[in-house]
Amino acid sequence: MSRYLLRRLLLTIPSLIAISVILFTVLALAPGDPFEELATNPAIPPEVRANLRAQFGLDDPVTLRYLRWSKAMLQGDWGFSFVSRVDADKLILQRLPITLLVVGASQVVALILALVVGVLAAMRPYSLFDQVASTLAFIGFSLPTFFTGLLFILLFSIHLDWLPIVYRADISATGWRFWWEHAKQAVMPVAVLALFQGASWTRYVRSAVLDVIRLDYVTTARAKGLAERVVIVKHVLRNALIPVVTLVALQMPIVFGGAIVTEQIFRVPGIGSLLISAILANDTPVIMAVTFVFAILVIAFNLIADLLYGWLDPRISYR
Amino acid sequence: MAGSTPASPTADALALAAARTAVRSSLGREAWRRFRRHRLALVGGLILAVIVLGVMIGPLLWRVPINEIDFSARLTGASRLHPFGTDDLGQDLLARMLYGGRISIAVGFAAMLIAIVVGTLVGAIAGMSRGFVDTAIVWLIDLFLSLPQLPLLLLIIYLFRDALTKLVGTEVGVFLMIVVVIGGFRWMQVARLVRAQFLSLREREFVEAARALGASPLRQVVRHILPNALGPVIVAGTVDIAAAIIAESTLSFLGLGFPPDIPTWGRILYDAKDYLDIAPHWALIPGAAIFLTVLSINYVGDGLRDALDPRRVM
Repeated sequence: MSRYLLRRLLLTIPSLIAISVILFTVLALAPGDPFEELATNPAIPPEVRANLRAQFGLDDPVTLRYLRWSKAMLQGDWGFSFVSRVDADKLILQRLPITLLVVGASQVVALILALVVGVLAAMRPYSLFDQVASTLAFIGFSLPTFFTGLLFILLFSIHLDWLPIVYRADISATGWRFWWEHAKQAVMPVAVLALFQGASWTRYVRSAVLDVIRLDYVTTARAKGLAERVVIVKHVLRNALIPVVTLVALQMPIVFGGAIVTEQIFRVPGIGSLLISAILANDTPVIMAVTFVFAILVIAFNLIADLLYGWLDPRISYR
Repeated sequence: MAGSTPASPTADALALAAARTAVRSSLGREAWRRFRRHRLALVGGLILAVIVLGVMIGPLLWRVPINEIDFSARLTGASRLHPFGTDDLGQDLLARMLYGGRISIAVGFAAMLIAIVVGTLVGAIAGMSRGFVDTAIVWLIDLFLSLPQLPLLLLIIYLFRDALTKLVGTEVGVFLMIVVVIGGFRWMQVARLVRAQFLSLREREFVEAARALGASPLRQVVRHILPNALGPVIVAGTVDIAAAIIAESTLSFLGLGFPPDIPTWGRILYDAKDYLDIAPHWALIPGAAIFLTVLSINYVGDGLRDALDPRRVM
């Protein structure tokens, strides 16, 4: 197990290197100059600008710049935010927990939703429940997250006035009230993400369960007198989950994309909204760092999915 | 041979005739027959056709300019003068929706075309070559699949927008960039499908026969393998249109897609979101348009999947 984990971790290194190369290439190909503002500023003579360029190594060949940049990234020097006057990594570490919390909670809700609805629908295919569930699933993943978010705000915040519109990190209450306020403001962002993902996963779960439920070993399990619940949970679901995990892992980029949108709608102070505000403020080091963090997150979740895969399917041996 | 005597010669002849017409009815007609059985797909196709025709013909019939500012009619709801109401500058929403729909849908189709062309090309190369090239392409596909797409889209647009805008003008520049970038991040699924199809198809007897007759690899691919691999590609392409429309709307909604004077549906939603409490219609109309378009496309895709899957008995 640990050897497998180690090997799997080593396999992520080429991916990370490739992603960093892509990121750096995009940045290097981009027109524009970080010292452009100095060029238009008449108080700064051109020699100073040239010296600055030399000092930061902007005139060096691309490969050299890439090596220098990746060395700095490895040493934890992720750049300095022009706007906030803080190190980019500090800024990200501040914001990361909220993103992970919102994304994690929504994924758990989505999985539970998809599993329950998908299994129930597959147990009675083409029943009324199945048809309603399929239709709702179709509607669910055709509704873009930004529109669901606005609909939720319109309904729950403006019309019913149940939930706050804006996510606040500085709640002054203490004790139970603190947790209550936090839960209340997290409901909408989590629900928006969960509904979108849950809807598309319901279809996967349904078809995966349908593939498995008619197999002979399930009949055997029923024939030896196991309760239906045990048959479904222990025999059917476990096997049906194997393809589902792959699909869930494949959707991780979409999940984090959705997180950016929801964070922006509800003003959740996570790394997604950090990315948008950095883009709007031309804060290149932060943009690069956040994009890279998103890449790492996607790879990390793929890794978790791979480990889950092996746990679900003992035929895949960890060697 | 008692059992093999036909019950009646006419029945046999009828069956033969039926078989002959079945052969004659083309694959396309067969697919259409199967597609019609999926009622929701049919409805989806109809709605989609209405939307596409609407945004194509609509601006010719509804000749209100999209940027005519009228402060006396700010944020009004539906009326005879403005069937969809107006926005905060008193601009007619119907005209803006029709104009924006053209762009949103054009982006969807163009990005889909790019994704399909690139994906088919890459998948075909991987599927026909063995060894190193195939492995490298599969690795590349996996890498692209694990890229964080939205952050990268935002990054690329942030970095290249100004330069491209200067080069070819705002409208064309942003359109080109968004289409290329969205299409460039969506070819992987198609490439995977095409590669998988090629791997199985290239070993089939009919391809072998073509090979034995001396068909060049290019002819094998173009005449024999590719037409048989197109079914899943068409389905994936349909879904890609929906995904591209959502991607463009997302970018515009984040304020990083088309500029304010080009009101795509996502952009209208972005402008409307701060007036949700006083003018909900302003946000609901473009949102509903995106939703309806995407839903219809998804249903059409579902119907095509049923229609083009020969293993499915209908």
